[in-house]
Amino acid sequence: MNTIGNVTGIIANLVIVETEGTAGQNEICFIKHGDTRLMAEVIKVVGNKAYLQVFESTRGLKVGTEVEFMGHMLEVTLGPGILSKNFDGLQNDLNKMDGIFLKRGEYTDPLDFDSKFAFKPLAKKGDKVTAGSWLGEVKENWIAHKIMVPFKFNGEFTVKSLKEDGEYKLNDAIAVLTDKDGKDHEVTMVQKWPVKVPIKAYKNKPRPFKILETGIRVMDTLNPMAEGGTGFIPGPFGSGKTVLQHSLSKNANADLVVVAACGERANEVVEIFTEFPELEDPRTGRKLMERTTIIANTSNMPVAAREASVYTAMTIAEYYRAMGLKVLLLADSTSRWAQALREMSNRMEELPGPDGFPMDLSAIIANFYARAGFVYLPNGETGSITFIGTVSPAGGNLKEPVTESTKKVARCFYALSQQRADSKRYPAIDSIDSYSKYLEYPEIEEYLNSTISENWTDNVHEAKDILLRGKETYEQINILGDDGVPIEYHIRYWKSELIDFVILQQDGFDAIDASSSLERQDYMLQKTLGVTRMEYDFESFEDVGPYFKRVINALKQMNYSEFDSDKFKKNEKELEKILKEQKQEEKEEAKA
Amino acid sequence: MEKETKAFQRVYTKLFQLTKATVSLRAQGVGNDELAIVDGRLAQVVKIIGDMVTLQIFGGTEGIATNAEVIFAGKSPTLKVGDDLAGRFFNAYGEPMEGGEIMGEELEIGGPSVNPVRRKQPSEFIPTGIAGIDLNNALVTGQKIPFFADPDQPYNQVMAMVALRAKADKIILAGMGLTNDDYLYFKNVFDNAGALDRIVGFINTTEDPPVERLLVPDMALSAAEYYATKKNEKVLVLLTDMTLYSDALSIVSNRMDQIPSKDSMPGSLYSDLARLYEKAVQFPDGGSITIIAVTTLSGGDITHAVPDNTGYITEGQLFLRKDSDVGKVIVDPFRSLSRLKQLVIGKKTREDHPQVMNAAVRLYADAANARTKQENGFDLTDYDERTLEFAKGYSRKLLAIDVNIEMEEMLETAYALFSEHFKPEEVGIREEFVKKYWHK
Repeated sequence: MNTIGNVTGIIANLVIVETEGTAGQNEICFIKHGDTRLMAEVIKVVGNKAYLQVFESTRGLKVGTEVEFMGHMLEVTLGPGILSKNFDGLQNDLNKMDGIFLKRGEYTDPLDFDSKFAFKPLAKKGDKVTAGSWLGEVKENWIAHKIMVPFKFNGEFTVKSLKEDGEYKLNDAIAVLTDKDGKDHEVTMVQKWPVKVPIKAYKNKPRPFKILETGIRVMDTLNPMAEGGTGFIPGPFGSGKTVLQHSLSKNANADLVVVAACGERANEVVEIFTEFPELEDPRTGRKLMERTTIIANTSNMPVAAREASVYTAMTIAEYYRAMGLKVLLLADSTSRWAQALREMSNRMEELPGPDGFPMDLSAIIANFYARAGFVYLPNGETGSITFIGTVSPAGGNLKEPVTESTKKVARCFYALSQQRADSKRYPAIDSIDSYSKYLEYPEIEEYLNSTISENWTDNVHEAKDILLRGKETYEQINILGDDGVPIEYHIRYWKSELIDFVILQQDGFDAIDASSSLERQDYMLQKTLGVTRMEYDFESFEDVGPYFKRVINALKQMNYSEFDSDKFKKNEKELEKILKEQKQEEKEEAKA
Repeated sequence: MEKETKAFQRVYTKLFQLTKATVSLRAQGVGNDELAIVDGRLAQVVKIIGDMVTLQIFGGTEGIATNAEVIFAGKSPTLKVGDDLAGRFFNAYGEPMEGGEIMGEELEIGGPSVNPVRRKQPSEFIPTGIAGIDLNNALVTGQKIPFFADPDQPYNQVMAMVALRAKADKIILAGMGLTNDDYLYFKNVFDNAGALDRIVGFINTTEDPPVERLLVPDMALSAAEYYATKKNEKVLVLLTDMTLYSDALSIVSNRMDQIPSKDSMPGSLYSDLARLYEKAVQFPDGGSITIIAVTTLSGGDITHAVPDNTGYITEGQLFLRKDSDVGKVIVDPFRSLSRLKQLVIGKKTREDHPQVMNAAVRLYADAANARTKQENGFDLTDYDERTLEFAKGYSRKLLAIDVNIEMEEMLETAYALFSEHFKPEEVGIREEFVKKYWHK
C-alpha cells in the first residue's frame, strides 16, 4: 500500500505535503489535481512534512489535495527501441503526445510495447549470470541490442530457461533465472533503473587510454578527447557552443550519441529533429538519426524536469555502455541544470553558496562527471561513455561556480573565444587556453604514437609551441609596428597563422572539410610542419605575408579536396611548387 | 460546482501581513496562481502555507488596510480573445483602455509550451527594408531577437518601422514601463500608417504601478497564440522594454525575501525570460510568432544579468550605434547577429546574398583597422584610404536605419560601392557571382 499524503503548502513548483506514512528522499509522488496526476519528487523531509519539487506547473493546485507516494525513485525504462526517439526530461516519448502544446500531467510510454523484436539468445541453459550479463540480443536499427540480466538483480543466478530465436514483445518473458536460494525469476526485454544511481554492472574502470576521434582537428590533433573521457565547453553566448556540439554529434566516431538538450533553445532541438534524419553518418553511411537519442527539456519546459533530463540521458548512456558500445553523451547546457538546482534550493530557503547556488553544487557536478568512463565488462568486452558538457557562464566570466566546479572534474577544457568567433575563425576554440589532460597520460601518448604515427605527440607539441610563440610575437608587432621588429618576428607570426588557418580552422559546413580522419590529420600536420621547419630569409617584412598566404591557400585547397584524390594531389603539387620557388629565390639571393 | 463558486465568493476582511507588494491572510480552498481582488485591486496568489495565503498586489499596497475586502476569483489571469481584439489598446489586465468589452473566448495567459517535436524549423524571410537588418542580419518567422540598446537610442522608432514594414498579419505591442510619450508615438505611427486594424497593444506606462508589467508580455503572447493557432496568422510581437520587466521581477522576488543572484535579479531570471521568449515559434499550419524585443543596457554593459541571460535565450541580438563619420544611426554590423539568417539567406534571397554580406562586412572591418592605424599616427596605404571611403558609403547607403529599400536593391547598392572602390579580387566574391553581378 502506497503512502498517501495531503498538500499543505505551495510556493511556485515547491509543494509541501503532510503524511503519516513513510517517505523517501528522491521518491516519486503523484499529486491528484482534478483529472490530472502531476509528477513530483521528494527533495527534503522534515518530521511528517515532505518537500516535493513538481515537474509541472502548479497553477490552480489547492491545499488538501491528495498525494500518492510511489515507493521508488525517478526511473527510466530501458529496452530495445530507445534509439532515434525524442524524449522529454522524464523519458516521455514526445512523438506520442497529442496536439501542438504539451499538456500538463500527460505521460507517455517511452518504448513501444506492442512492437515485436527479433530475439537471438546469447547465453545458454545452465550459465551462471550476474546483473548486466548478456542473455540475448535483438536488432535495434543497426545495433545488436543486448538483453541483459536486470541491473537490480543481486548476486549470482543460473539460467533455467531461455527463449529460442523468434519475435517477441518487450514484456514477454525471454528467460527464467534461478537465484542461489532456488527461487525462479522471469526476465523480460525491459527493465527499470533509478536515474540518480550509477549503473555499475562492469568489472573495472581503467584510466582512458584511447582517443575518441571527433573529426575536428583542433580537438583531435591539439587537445584530444579520450574514449571514456570527460570534457567541457564554456563560452559566452554567440561563441558557437551549440554549433560545436552539433558538429561533435555529427562527426564523432561513436556507436551512438545521446544528446541532452537541457534548458536551451527549442529551435536548436528542432534543427536536430529536422536535419539528423536527413544527414548521413560519415563513417557508416547510415542516417545520423539512427544512432541518436535526444532528451529535450528546452528552456520553456518545466524547470524541475531539467535537472532530471541530464540524469535520464546519463542512465540511457550507461545502459548502452553495458552492451559494449562506445557512447558519446552531450549535454547542452549544464549551467541550466545548475540553475534549476539553484531555483529549488532558493525556494527551500537553504543557506546559499557562491552566487546563490547550493553549497553541494561542486559535489553534484563531480558525481555526475564520474559516471562517464571506459569500462571492462564482466565478459571481457569494453564499453565507454565520453561526456562533453557545455557551460554558459554568466557574463562570459569563467570565475563563476559552475565553470569552476566543472573545471575541477573535467579532463578536457575547450575554451571558446569571442575574439575568434568575431573574426570568423571557426571552430572558435582557443587552442592555447584549451587543454586536454589526456595528452599527458603516458598510456595515451603511447597509443597515439603507435596508432597514428611515430612522432605524433612530438609534432603536436611542436605545433602548440609555434602557436604560442606566434601569439606572443603578434602582440609585440602590434606594439612596435611592422617595421619596428626584426623580419624574424613576422616569420614567426605567419608560421602560427599557417597552423591556425590549416589545422585549427575547419569549415563545418563543407562536405569534405567538416570531418577529418586521424590519418589525414597526421598527413596535414606533417605537411604543415614541413613548411614551418624550413629556414627563411626574406628581403623585407612585406614579402612574408604574401608568401604564407599562398602556402595557406594551397594547403586549404587540400583540406577541401577528398583525401588522396587527384584534386588533393594537384593542390599538393601546387604547394611543392611554391615551396621550391621560395628556396630557389633564396638561393639566388644568397649567390648574388 | 455550486458549492465551490460560493466558496470563491466568500469575502475575507482580515489581513495579517502587509508589505509594499504583498498581503497575507487566512483563507481556504484557494488555488495557486489564482486571482483575487483586494480592496478593488487585482492580486494573484504567490504562496500558500496551510491556510495562510500570500497575494501579490499588482497595483501596489499603498493605502490598503488590514480590514480590506478580499474576494478570490477562482481562476488564474485570463484574456478574452476574439475578432474585435484588433485595433485596440489594453491595459495590463487585458481591459480595453477606451472602455467597452471584448466578446469572445476566455484564454488563460501563460499557458503551456509547444511540444518541441511539433515545431517547424523557421524558414520564412521577414523583409524590413532596413539593409542593416535584411542584408546583414536577416530575420526569420518564429525567431526571437532583441535590440540591445542604450536608453538614449531610437530603438522604439526602429521597432515601429520594422513592425510596419514586416509583412505580418498582426502586430502585438507589449509596452512595459513605456513612457506616455512613447506610447502615443507608437499609436500615432500605427494610426498614420493606416495599420491600426493590424495592431493590438497591451500597455503599461511609467504612470502605472511597475508590478503590473509582469502581466503584459503574457497577455500579448496569449493574444499572439490566439492569432497564430486559431487563425494561422503570422504574428509579430514587440516587447519593449524587457529590462524594465526584469526590474519588476526583481521587485517582487525581493519583497518575497528570495535570495537574489547576480545584479540583484532573481535566481530564476533565465527561466522567467525563456518562458516568454520561447513562445516564438513556427507552427506546422503556417501560423507563426516572431518576437522582437528591446533590452536596454546601462552604459552598454552586456554582461549585466538581463542582457546576458537574454543573449543565451534569444536567437541573436541587434545593436544600434551612431556612426559619427556620416552622422547617422546605423545597425552595427560587427556586434549584431541573427542566428537564424542561415536558414534564409541565399535560399529565400538571391544566391549571392551570403557572399555579398560577408565581403562588405570584411571590408568594413578593414576600414575600422585603417582608422585605428590613422589614429595611431601610422601612414595609410592606398587600400586603407579606399576602405575608408567605402565605409562611409556603406554606412550611409546601407547600414543607416533610415534606409528603406528592397533586398535586390541592397545587393545592387553593395556592388555599386564595391566597384566604385575596389577590384573584384580585392572583394573576394566567388568567380561566378562576379561574372554575373559585378558592376562594370
